[in-house]
Amino acid sequence: MGYQLSRKTADEVFGKLKERYDIFAPKLFQGEGCFSDTDIIRYGKIDSLDEIEYERRSDYSFKEALIAINETLFYFTEDETTVPSCTDKKLLIFLRSCDLHALKRLDAIYLENGPEDFYYKRLREKASFVLMGCSQTCDTGFCVSMGANQTDQYDLYLKLDGDFVLVDCKSEELAGYFQHLETEDCAVTADYVTENKENVTLPKNLSVDSFQNPIWESYGSRCIGCGRCNFVCPTCTCFTMQDIHYRDNSNVGERRRVWASCQVDGYTDIAGGNSFRKTQGERMRFKVMHKIYDFEKRFGYPMCIGCGRCDAVCPEYISYANLISQLAKEEA
Amino acid sequence: MKNEYIPFPSQVKEIIPHTDIEYTFRMSFTKDVKPGQFFEVSIPKYGEAPISVSGIGEDTVDLTIRKVGKVTNKIFENYEGNTLLMRGPYGNGFDIENYKGKEVVVIAGGTGLSPVKGIVDYFSDHPDEAVSTTLIAGFKSPSDILFKKDFEKWEKTIQVIKTVDSAPEGYEGLTGMVTKYIPDLPIVDMENTVFITVGPPIMIKFTIMEILKRGIAEENIWISHERKMCCGLGKCGHCKMDSTYVCLDGPVFNYAEGKNLID
Ligand SMILES: Cc1cc2nc3c(=O)[nH]c(=O)nc-3n(C[C@H](O)[C@H](O)[C@H](O)COP(=O)(O)OP(=O)(O)OC[C@H]3O[C@@H](n4cnc5c(N)ncnc54)[C@H](O)[C@@H]3O)c2cc1C
Ligand code: SF4
Ligand code: SF4
Ligand code: FES
Repeated sequence: MGYQLSRKTADEVFGKLKERYDIFAPKLFQGEGCFSDTDIIRYGKIDSLDEIEYERRSDYSFKEALIAINETLFYFTEDETTVPSCTDKKLLIFLRSCDLHALKRLDAIYLENGPEDFYYKRLREKASFVLMGCSQTCDTGFCVSMGANQTDQYDLYLKLDGDFVLVDCKSEELAGYFQHLETEDCAVTADYVTENKENVTLPKNLSVDSFQNPIWESYGSRCIGCGRCNFVCPTCTCFTMQDIHYRDNSNVGERRRVWASCQVDGYTDIAGGNSFRKTQGERMRFKVMHKIYDFEKRFGYPMCIGCGRCDAVCPEYISYANLISQLAKEEA
Repeated sequence: MKNEYIPFPSQVKEIIPHTDIEYTFRMSFTKDVKPGQFFEVSIPKYGEAPISVSGIGEDTVDLTIRKVGKVTNKIFENYEGNTLLMRGPYGNGFDIENYKGKEVVVIAGGTGLSPVKGIVDYFSDHPDEAVSTTLIAGFKSPSDILFKKDFEKWEKTIQVIKTVDSAPEGYEGLTGMVTKYIPDLPIVDMENTVFITVGPPIMIKFTIMEILKRGIAEENIWISHERKMCCGLGKCGHCKMDSTYVCLDGPVFNYAEGKNLID
């Protein structure tokens, strides 16, 4: 159901929502970017609509609201393990169309691939999603090429429109916050883009034979293996588990999981100093094939949703979008 | 909802030392488990290590562990009368049914014998259920030989070729790589013969070359892949090759499929 609210009413609703929900949205962090003197947009808890960075795409994705960068799985004491408790509140997460398509990929790994992940599921069940429409394309995104530019899978659509706020509510859970308001019902349709600056054609004939393509080495040779492309990607889900003990009491410690990157040294290390993909070229191949080929073989749709974050963050200006298009061109 | 990451304590019932750095830990465990499956074994504050099942008893499982690093060192330091933490079993494991009524050849290198030991035990205890059973096991040197007691038992009921890469002068057993013994293996019916091979990647590679030379079809060869693993649950991504998660879909693969898995 669509509503047009005054900004004041919207702020009041927001205040009510805050009582029941932890609200996560992209925020601007000044001077904290990867390059010196740059800003960064990443997710954080917000207290008012004003804090949301509504115009520009976030550098980091919404995934950290569901999968912490560094998560304690449990604590060890002498003979026991204790699982940290989870927030009592529900979650409300602001994101864009491409991100909602990415959520389906996170679900595929964490809920469908093998047994369900306890930690993901307990947050996921609490989460509702607020779509921020896109009235214009971002710079490096190619969501249209990937079919991720549009979605109706949101719980709430919310658009800041001058003195007004336009809302479309699809979820019963959230409907109660709007139904009693004295507002005009109106038809609200979510903004989405139909064109990007970047267009990508997916290669159609990738196979194990594509491993031999020299393109991996040519793109990989510039890669410094920093892993940022993985950390910003809303569909990357890998982690490494590690144990630590506390310095002041070595009987106590914890087991954690930490985001991992297939581009970074150590990802495939096994005992005896062996590792499986040693060159950045092999790692580039592994990542790109996963994004556009082997994930699809397993789940039926490509992993990449074309948000363009990886290209925007790369300190070596390596363009994954160009790499894919080049693969397609070689096939033609 | 079950939290798959929480390990359970399991008591160390017995220790069977093989070499200075390789012991079998007989752990209490009563649920179902298959040869070729693995457990995530851990010591709190040190970490986890995937370890294959090397034997299955009434209310125990055997884990044969090689001491090579942080977690495994700690396991060796600190086991007596103790418990280890475990999660699992994980992975598909070997399906004995695939091998019944066949000429079965098991080729193992070093600790690679652990995951296939359950198969050898089975056909050694039930020799009538296979047309024939042969084990070719290779070790670096005589002092690296594992499962000595088991070999004595196996030698009574199945064909055993136990070889070492190199030995001091005067050693009376067989020497040479496992591959040396493949060309002369007596095989009656190629189509009814299955090979199961586990060991270091390089050994698997040359072993398979020799097996194929004998005219065995790829579909009749089974391998077990060892890869970096963290979770064992299809989540952490470390074990993925192509669209395959070794921890879920493996570690046991039919070679016709497994040969396409490139890191
Ligand atoms: C399916 C499977 C079955 C295995 N079965 C056995 C067995 O029966 N007996 C045996 O002795 N060893 C086995 N291994 C190898 C064993 O898991 C490693 O030797 C062990 O993890 C080393 O841990 P560490 O901390 O002592 O060594 P370190 O080298 O200090 O390890 C450092 C880190 O690397 C990780 N790591 C190292 N090697 C591996 C590896 N191969 N796989 C996954 N993670 C690794 C560890 O988890 C640890 O976090 C198996 C491995 C796999 C994947
Ligand atoms: S691979 Fe790049 S473009 Fe695709 S979803 Fe990940 S960050 Fe976005
Ligand atoms: S961000 Fe760029 S340099 Fe860093 S790992 Fe990714 S591709 Fe390589
Ligand atoms: S070991 Fe984590 S996905 Fe297989």
